[in-house]
Amino acid sequence: MTKGNGGMPQEKIGVYVCHCGTNISAMVDVEDVAQWAADKLKHRGVVIARDYKFMCSSLGQELIEKDIKELGLTRVVVAACSPHLHEKTFRTACENAGLNPYLCELVSIREQVSWVHTDKVAATAKSKAVLSGGVERVLWHEPLEAMSVPIHPATLVVGGGIAGIQASLEIADAGHPVYLVERDPSIGGHMAQFDKTFPTLDCSACILTPKMVDAGVHPNITLMTWAEVENVDGYIGNFDVTVRQKARKVITDLCTGCGICVEKCPKKVLDDIYEAGLGYRKAVYTPFPQAVPNYPVMDLDNCIYFDTGKCKACEKFCPTEAIDFTQEDEIVEFEVGNIILATGYDLFDARKMSNYGYGRLKNVFSSLEFERMCNASGPTEGNIVLRDGVTTPKTVGIIHCVGSRDKNFNEYCSSICCMQSLKFAHVVDERTGAQVYNFYIDIRTPGKEYDEFYNRIVEEGTHFVRGKVAEVTNAARQPDEREKLIIQVEDTLIGKQRRIPVDMVILSAGLEPRHDAKDVAKLFGISCSADGWYIEKHPKLDPIATMTDGVYIAGCVQGPKDIPASVVQGAAAAARVLGKIQQGEMELEPIRASVIEEQCSGCRICNDLCPYNAILFHEETMVSEINAALCQGCGTCVAACPAGAITGTGFSNEQVLAQIEGLLMDVNI
Amino acid sequence: MKPKFAMYWASSCGGCEIAVLNTNEKILDVDANFDIAFWPVAMDAKYKDVEAMEDNSILLTLFNGGIRNDENEEIAKLLRQKSQILVAFGSCATEGCIPGLANLSPSQEVIETAFHTVSTENPDNIYPQANYEMPEGTIHIPTINSRVKTLVDVVPVDYFMPGCPPESHQISAVLDLVIAVVNGEAELPPKGAVIGVGDSTVCDECTRQRDVKKVTKFTRAHLVGALDPDLCLLEQGIPCNGPATRSGCDARCPTAGAQCIGCYGPAPGVIDYGARLISSFASVIDSNDPDEIERILDGIPDPAGQFYRFSLAGSLLKGAREAV
Repeated sequence: MTKGNGGMPQEKIGVYVCHCGTNISAMVDVEDVAQWAADKLKHRGVVIARDYKFMCSSLGQELIEKDIKELGLTRVVVAACSPHLHEKTFRTACENAGLNPYLCELVSIREQVSWVHTDKVAATAKSKAVLSGGVERVLWHEPLEAMSVPIHPATLVVGGGIAGIQASLEIADAGHPVYLVERDPSIGGHMAQFDKTFPTLDCSACILTPKMVDAGVHPNITLMTWAEVENVDGYIGNFDVTVRQKARKVITDLCTGCGICVEKCPKKVLDDIYEAGLGYRKAVYTPFPQAVPNYPVMDLDNCIYFDTGKCKACEKFCPTEAIDFTQEDEIVEFEVGNIILATGYDLFDARKMSNYGYGRLKNVFSSLEFERMCNASGPTEGNIVLRDGVTTPKTVGIIHCVGSRDKNFNEYCSSICCMQSLKFAHVVDERTGAQVYNFYIDIRTPGKEYDEFYNRIVEEGTHFVRGKVAEVTNAARQPDEREKLIIQVEDTLIGKQRRIPVDMVILSAGLEPRHDAKDVAKLFGISCSADGWYIEKHPKLDPIATMTDGVYIAGCVQGPKDIPASVVQGAAAAARVLGKIQQGEMELEPIRASVIEEQCSGCRICNDLCPYNAILFHEETMVSEINAALCQGCGTCVAACPAGAITGTGFSNEQVLAQIEGLLMDVNI
Repeated sequence: MKPKFAMYWASSCGGCEIAVLNTNEKILDVDANFDIAFWPVAMDAKYKDVEAMEDNSILLTLFNGGIRNDENEEIAKLLRQKSQILVAFGSCATEGCIPGLANLSPSQEVIETAFHTVSTENPDNIYPQANYEMPEGTIHIPTINSRVKTLVDVVPVDYFMPGCPPESHQISAVLDLVIAVVNGEAELPPKGAVIGVGDSTVCDECTRQRDVKKVTKFTRAHLVGALDPDLCLLEQGIPCNGPATRSGCDARCPTAGAQCIGCYGPAPGVIDYGARLISSFASVIDSNDPDEIERILDGIPDPAGQFYRFSLAGSLLKGAREAV
């Protein structure tokens, strides 16, 4: 698949080999590579080949611009770092000199060569091969024009936890409309369940509820709780969103939130969401007193009327006739330009670690249960008591890393559990004076004032036992273990097995992706890591964008993190969205797939594959078509088309095969 | 004087010759319009007769069969030299076909299998020798190539006509065209063209209903109790190669309820037929569970036969190599 005119291509190619300081030049003889390209690739159209210390510097870019103008280069190949980093830089340099930016090819001799090899001779030869591939490929490049799309000023925020609230408020305060969709009856998220926040120990509700109220009353925020996004079509700037507003059975226009219906409802239901199974609610309920909005919802599975056809106590007593048993789910459709996903996390189910006895041994509590127990408005009114509801524990064991840093469950560190456990130790000490044992693998307190907090807890007299707990059991071996929970652990600091009897065990369970994270990712056309956290565009430099333009992520949905980090991400995502809104329109990369109509037989193999729903099938002509504005150039359909009737701009068969041919060139001749 | 016609049979089964005869009375047109210079299956001729011909003296040569040994290669070169129009005729000549499947093993293993397996009675370990001394002199037999090659691997080819064998109506159309060209009534297609075919895929000619594909099971048509007579076979889990296969056969197999096995070769946009199909079939497997995907793929017990039955020798990889 070589391209040329009687062996001599008409293109004039400039080759630029970067030293990247010593990042490349320490392992690759860059001068030799440039000299080789000038000599041996001359017959392929290379008219100039240079090496330079930092090609990405302004001087390096000027070098390229000057050559384009003076030598009339028609193609540029830069051998440097990964295209992820500097493709745009060099494309812009080409554009500045009047060359179509897509006639530039960047080949990686850093990530793919110098950083991964230890033999300089071989690495230099490989650099030549990679460069030769780039030269063959660039001959097939075509000038492309970026497409421009308008940006709708409204934004969809999914998830009303602290990250979603923060993002919504930032955008709404800047004067742009926001749809905040939350599937629970109230916004607030996990933070609304907590009593205290580390390391300052301020009241979680006291700092959260003002923001919840702001979001609830903000003129620019359309708050949709008890609602779920059902469908998303479109692309950055122009998403069509369909939301299912679940029937509350309460007419919100009439409801005043007085709470009489809740009071009169005769049905008590175990609340395993907000109260983590530790307390009760009614069949018609608001999850907590400060809920926003404060309209109740009806739990149809538990409502006596929906079960037996009798009762209607709520309707009878409602002073504003706001109860409506006939209310149906409502489908709401609207348009937005950008989407922020802040759908949070699920708590690791500690039942999976049966050796810790959660669900089997009654005085083993999960961290979320303990949070509710500490809360003054929680089921025990803030009293720390055993499962019997009255006995104050005298000894408490807190086990860290439950489900985290464990090859059998989640290998990652859940990031917040150390600080959470220290907070629990403090609360137990403060409210009960009980002896507290922390069982940890490592203490990780890298946040602002976090290590100081750790020292404070140490000074309060909490015991720290370094070791992964093997088992929590009620099988006593000694008289002092009777009626107790015994924590069996190897104390790795003294090198001994210990059995520590306690009254209460708190399992600091890790954070996990939402159980339906994968479905939600598919709905919004983004990807999950193997763990299930949503994948950011770049782990360091772009942690809130995704590979899908116009869809951003904030908070724990991207990975475990604490409240300040979630707030930062919510605000950062909002800033990105505001930037897009401010632009008014944006350019899309013209890397797109397209169907060669004559070769398409309408077999429909591609039809269901597109993650961006960009493929349309025309029944009348039996041909599939790709919507260029929706296509993200991922190439899935290109690979799938059995007839080879779909081609990807920038990744045509000709380009790929020419590159392979170039790579296979014998560089030692 | 009538223009000369030749047809040759290299490494192939002979089906292509039968297909030419299957054109029925059209064969009389060949006789009426051409002087048959060389056609071993139809009339006696010696290689030396061909060698004696002037270069380019044969107008049309239909060359069927792949290049398995040095005799095949020698005659391919000879006929190239003597012919104005050389057509790679049929699947063997265009992409290796069934004999090309021998390329799954290095040639030495192929010979071992033929002469030294439990089913072979060869107590004296006699292997074929290229040269053998007889009282009458030295005799030669052809030596096997390291792999089966296609015609274009050894000589320049003017046109490619796929099919195992090519459909008789397509052969008739091609003969008509050449006769028309001889009479000055038509022009030849550009050199290198694929002739006697349609211009898209078997699906284009298939009458079955097609919908979005979600495959949860691959199976074989005879194992399915009752196939839906109107629905796309692939959607019913029958691994039909039609979507990647060149049209021109009128979709005879899938229309009759048998999966397309790909004898008409790759569709116009396809570079490596087998790789294309593997990529396509993998794309429509409706599961994200690795174990289930494994199970679904077990429904294709012979991937080489499924995806490369006809095209292995002409594929990008071409075949197994001796270990280096």
